[in-house]
Amino acid sequence: MKLFQKKRDATALNSPLIRRPIQKCFWLFLLPTFAAFCIGFLYPFCKGFFLSFCDFKTTKNWTWAGIQNYIAAFQDKSFGHAFWYTALFAVVSLVLINVIAFAIAYALTRGIKGSNLFRTVFFMPNLIGGIVLGYIWSMIFNGILIKYSTSVVLETKYGFWGLIILMCWQQIGYMMIIYIAGLQSVPEDMLEAARIDGANGWQTLWKVTIPNVMPSITICTFLTLTNSFKLYDQNLALTAGRPFIQQGGEVIKTTEMLALNIVNSFYASARSRGVGQAKAVIFFVLVAVLSILQLRSTKDKEVQQ
Amino acid sequence: MKKTLAILLAVVMAITLFTACGNDNNTPNNDTKTGSVYYLNFKPEADQAWQKLAETYTALTGVPVTVLTAASGTYDQTLTAEMDKDAAPTMFQVGNAGAVKTWGEYCYDLTNTDVMKEMTTDAFNLKNEAGETVSIGYCYEAFGIIVNKALLEKAGYTVADITNFETLKKVADDIHARSAELGFDAFSSAGLDGSSSWRFSGHLANMPLFYEFRDDGVTSQPATITGKYLENYKNIWDLYTTDSATTGAALVSATGDQSEAEFGEGKAVFYQNGSWEYAALTGEKFGMNADDLAMIPIYCGVEGEEQAGLCCGTENCWAVNKNASEEDIKATLDFMKWVVTSEEGTTMMAEQFGPIPFKSAKTPENVFFAQANDYTAKGNYVVTWAFNYTPAVDDWRAAVVDALTQYTTGNGDWAAVESAFVDGWAAQYAKENS
Repeated sequence: MKLFQKKRDATALNSPLIRRPIQKCFWLFLLPTFAAFCIGFLYPFCKGFFLSFCDFKTTKNWTWAGIQNYIAAFQDKSFGHAFWYTALFAVVSLVLINVIAFAIAYALTRGIKGSNLFRTVFFMPNLIGGIVLGYIWSMIFNGILIKYSTSVVLETKYGFWGLIILMCWQQIGYMMIIYIAGLQSVPEDMLEAARIDGANGWQTLWKVTIPNVMPSITICTFLTLTNSFKLYDQNLALTAGRPFIQQGGEVIKTTEMLALNIVNSFYASARSRGVGQAKAVIFFVLVAVLSILQLRSTKDKEVQQ
Repeated sequence: MKKTLAILLAVVMAITLFTACGNDNNTPNNDTKTGSVYYLNFKPEADQAWQKLAETYTALTGVPVTVLTAASGTYDQTLTAEMDKDAAPTMFQVGNAGAVKTWGEYCYDLTNTDVMKEMTTDAFNLKNEAGETVSIGYCYEAFGIIVNKALLEKAGYTVADITNFETLKKVADDIHARSAELGFDAFSSAGLDGSSSWRFSGHLANMPLFYEFRDDGVTSQPATITGKYLENYKNIWDLYTTDSATTGAALVSATGDQSEAEFGEGKAVFYQNGSWEYAALTGEKFGMNADDLAMIPIYCGVEGEEQAGLCCGTENCWAVNKNASEEDIKATLDFMKWVVTSEEGTTMMAEQFGPIPFKSAKTPENVFFAQANDYTAKGNYVVTWAFNYTPAVDDWRAAVVDALTQYTTGNGDWAAVESAFVDGWAAQYAKENS
């Protein structure tokens, strides 16, 4: 009887008599989110885009400068260095994080004992803020490196691999959760069919499981790629760009990534805010293009279940 | 509880009454009632004192005073954000050449204002290219090498034995050699962590800059420097990092607190820092005896340095926002004058900032300032804060710290430090003035 009642309610809700007035007011329901979107994203984005063509000290006090800022941004060697460094970091961390996260997820869906506990533990690093993580890991690295009379801020390679280890430690747990969800939704009958057809474990993984978790791979590669490009706190706390080298009258911060480079150039001097802003716009376009390309290429490989 | 409250209220009332009677002519005129003051403070340690003073002023005059304190190390960001608001700060800090470049156009010309007429010296004020006073130095600070006289005596020396770099090195080397037997070392750790490295990329770097600018008669920000006194910088830096319990790679992550504690707990005789350390060293935590403390000039082997005094200067300069409404500007100027002339204001300034260059200033109990004055009275030259000319100061210092770290840990050579100093200066100047 109760079930029946529920069903009737649903029917009633679907009736045009009730739906129409609600539908008419759709804008009212959209308004809060839309307003937040405008205030928090659209307006600052447009203003930021505009300011990238200006010389400014505060956002109200600007003078038009044309594409001068963009020219300066592209001429800045440290920006170019930060781009290639970030790209290298993104590729390495994308591969490492996804492969390891997938491997752990695969292992934890085999029904081994205590897998829930492992999942929780692996996920936990993700709950710690980036700045704190950076300082904690710099203490760990320096604690070891000091035995060899060096430090994470003294050599570029230590800074690079230090950041890779840090990011893996933080992100693998998160990606693992997404992969677990994907792995659990692989249809049991497909796996059974593969088994009956005599496929071995490796073949099942490549031919059945991976094509079926392609949506998870899409989202995980997207997240790791954008996270690597946008990385800021961890970079600031671990090395802050050190060590530096002097190169042709410019200081190159060898472990400085794009986001840190943008912030640093924004506050570098009275005249550099526009340049920082221009870099930020270039950065946005870059991340957007890269992630759209990546989404396209992995989406193509997804299969319909 | 009620009783305490009643007494407290009575005291507050009495004080108010007393000040109202005593300082009639200092109270701003009634016509400023419409204006208000918004002060952006950059010293977190003085926040409470400012809040209290603001309350007192509001209670006295009815003029609302808001004090906002930027979190440590974020003053520039906070100022940028606050200046953008409709209710922008009416009073803020513009403390060095770089800041004048960025914020100069926001500064009200303070020449001939009442508060400026109260000043005893023009030496700490900053001017723009047009010669207008954009900010006034409201306090000054002194830095040098802080000495624990009691430990020095235990080692068999007195402050009088140290008159130049040679004698400093002799004493320090001897203490360091006997450190196991004495139970303390010569210098506290010269940590290169961000909380400590500014002592060397900022303050210690002032030595080569000061002598170079003195020789060349530099009076405004130079586009390039030669670094001709960098050998002296190396002298003193090597001494800090040799005659100390902490050396080599351990310095990379050594913090300012660590260095302060080593000195405060009597594990080191020398500690390079400034007059602002007085409260911390004599306070509850370390409880050092003020009579045991002395500050000597930073000797680095420059000819004639026996005549040197302490490094005195300031980055604490008040500016008034030109774009504020006329009433607010007036209210702000009145507030500034009240701070440096009234009983409450001068007391607070003496406690928090030490000596202030104003006629009604109170004498602070800080012994380091007494010493700074003694050196001047003896006819020694004051080592001014030449580093206030540094272009893109944060970037320049970061590069110097990096090179210094490489050098100290044996991963780099001194030439890189010289390059960060000299080439870095030219590069940052070019960037700032492009």
